[in-house]
Amino acid sequence: MHIPDGYLSPSTCVALYGGTVAAWYISLKRLKRVLLTRVVPLISVFAAFAFVVMMFNLPLPGGTTGHALGVTIAAIVLGPAGAVLSASLAIGLQALLFGDGGITTLGANCFNMAVIASPMAYISYRALAARAAIDSRRRIIAAGVAGYLAANLSALAAAVELGIQPVLFHDAAGAPLYAPYPLKIAIPAMMIGHLTFAGLAEALLSAGLVAYLQAADPSLLAATSGLRAALSGTGTRTPASLRRLWLSVALLLIFTPLGILATGKAWGEWAPDDFLHTDSRARIAVASQNALPPPAAPAGMARMATVWTSPFPAYAPAFVKSRALGYVLSAMFGVGICLLIALFAQSRLRPQSRPEEVT
Amino acid sequence: MSGANIVASTLKSLSRALSRALINEQTARQPGVMQALDPRVRVAGTFLLVVAVVLLHQITVLLTLFVAGVVLALASAVTLRTLTLRVWLVVLAFTGVIALPALWLTPGEPLSTFPSITRQGLHTAMMLVLRVETAVTFTTVLVLTTPWAQVLKALRSLGLPKEVIMMLAMAYRYIFLLAETANQMFESRESRRIGALGGREQRRLVAQTAGVLMSKSLDLSQEVFLAMQSRGYRGDVVTLTEQRLTPRDYFGVLAFAGVAALAIWLGR
Repeated sequence: MHIPDGYLSPSTCVALYGGTVAAWYISLKRLKRVLLTRVVPLISVFAAFAFVVMMFNLPLPGGTTGHALGVTIAAIVLGPAGAVLSASLAIGLQALLFGDGGITTLGANCFNMAVIASPMAYISYRALAARAAIDSRRRIIAAGVAGYLAANLSALAAAVELGIQPVLFHDAAGAPLYAPYPLKIAIPAMMIGHLTFAGLAEALLSAGLVAYLQAADPSLLAATSGLRAALSGTGTRTPASLRRLWLSVALLLIFTPLGILATGKAWGEWAPDDFLHTDSRARIAVASQNALPPPAAPAGMARMATVWTSPFPAYAPAFVKSRALGYVLSAMFGVGICLLIALFAQSRLRPQSRPEEVT
Repeated sequence: MSGANIVASTLKSLSRALSRALINEQTARQPGVMQALDPRVRVAGTFLLVVAVVLLHQITVLLTLFVAGVVLALASAVTLRTLTLRVWLVVLAFTGVIALPALWLTPGEPLSTFPSITRQGLHTAMMLVLRVETAVTFTTVLVLTTPWAQVLKALRSLGLPKEVIMMLAMAYRYIFLLAETANQMFESRESRRIGALGGREQRRLVAQTAGVLMSKSLDLSQEVFLAMQSRGYRGDVVTLTEQRLTPRDYFGVLAFAGVAALAIWLGR
């Protein structure tokens, strides 16, 4: 998955460097706030560990072997910010020392394998492990699934980066200048290998490591376990959950335009007019396991439909011509309203909780 | 696959990585064009050339840059054998395989009917392979002629934050220690093994070794931190003063920048 120099256009490289550098800056700042001067030795040694673990040959079911990324276990032990930094350092060392991955594509490689893989691993591990005890089996499975998801998300990101190259960058005769395959070839080609081998290697190593740590050194799993006892004294509960909220919001914002790619209408989101036209009636019937819709919109639905007309009909303000932009703008508007409500609620709740915080 | 193979192959890849890094340091001590320049000039120059390789669109200019890379390598005590084994064959095996289907998958004017290759496809495949070969040749020449400490020093003076440099330096230093530790753990486990291990046991063996290594790493980081603190580390990084650039270095800067600019202009 290490993209070498020459596969990505300069503008793609610059954009991904931008995103990666921002993530490094935020991660470093966040870690320094908690760890102070311990950041440098901790992250450096962990990066060395990640580098060495990447060289381990992991036997996979079926007789082949694979290499893990190591970012999932870093996210489980150090948290997402530490994982972004240590995985990036390991990737940087691979590029600068062994020529594994390019210099111009270093930003892209760190972006795929650290910046988006580590929050993905962390969020899915936390969500799946929930409040299970440190030594529960559920944490092993959660780590495995998190590793599988993180490895596949980074492969998907790499596939998208490679797949947009021929559309955006080709010469006058139409010959692609960089990676030659469009999305419809790049995504399956990349994903088949990762959905099977590479994703499995990361899943097995993460699950195996968590199982080992449960028996040998459970304290290493405590920091990100989300359990109250494990976190007592650090006082980072509220920022941690807020951080997760922000991250999920950001992810949702990014994935919002995916809705445009889905064709047809979501089941149960029909408008009264959809019951009148033959083609939209046919689509409703197909989506409803061939149960025919009523000949006209149900009376209650027609009445209620005019009660509230939304300011952004069909997720696009009237003045926005591009549907994709409309989607994103609407998403931002919606998120803004949700955040305002949340902040208002928080400000009302805060006075009661403050005395406890001080003690 | 028996247990011996999995341990042996991991041992092999670990020791190969270590010996590669040692070979780097050896070439760096030999006399040559790159070695004669200030590390800052080498790092910046290589970066400029790689950017030029990525930016240009003409295959003839790219080919010229590739030849220039080979000449630079030969003038810097990097042998053709090293380049062939470490760069060209590896890139060809990876990028060549990826580029091959582009010959017929890229739409365009047909060049031959069986196999149905298009002109655009041929151009794309050649550009991709040549671009990667040239870029990796330049970076390999830099890596082989410049010790890691000097690369870091150069990166520092080129504007990378001190903390990042320190982390890169420390990570590099502990890679060798941890790889050595992992080697020893695999070897000791191997010496006590009787009979073949099943897939499940092999996976457990690898995960346990990684787990022990992680515990050791975190203990190590704590010890390193205490050692740093006891020597007065308060979060600020202090480095020694930089050397001055000689006229030869200025000439080197001009040569690298000139070649890169010319290549970008001619190959646009």
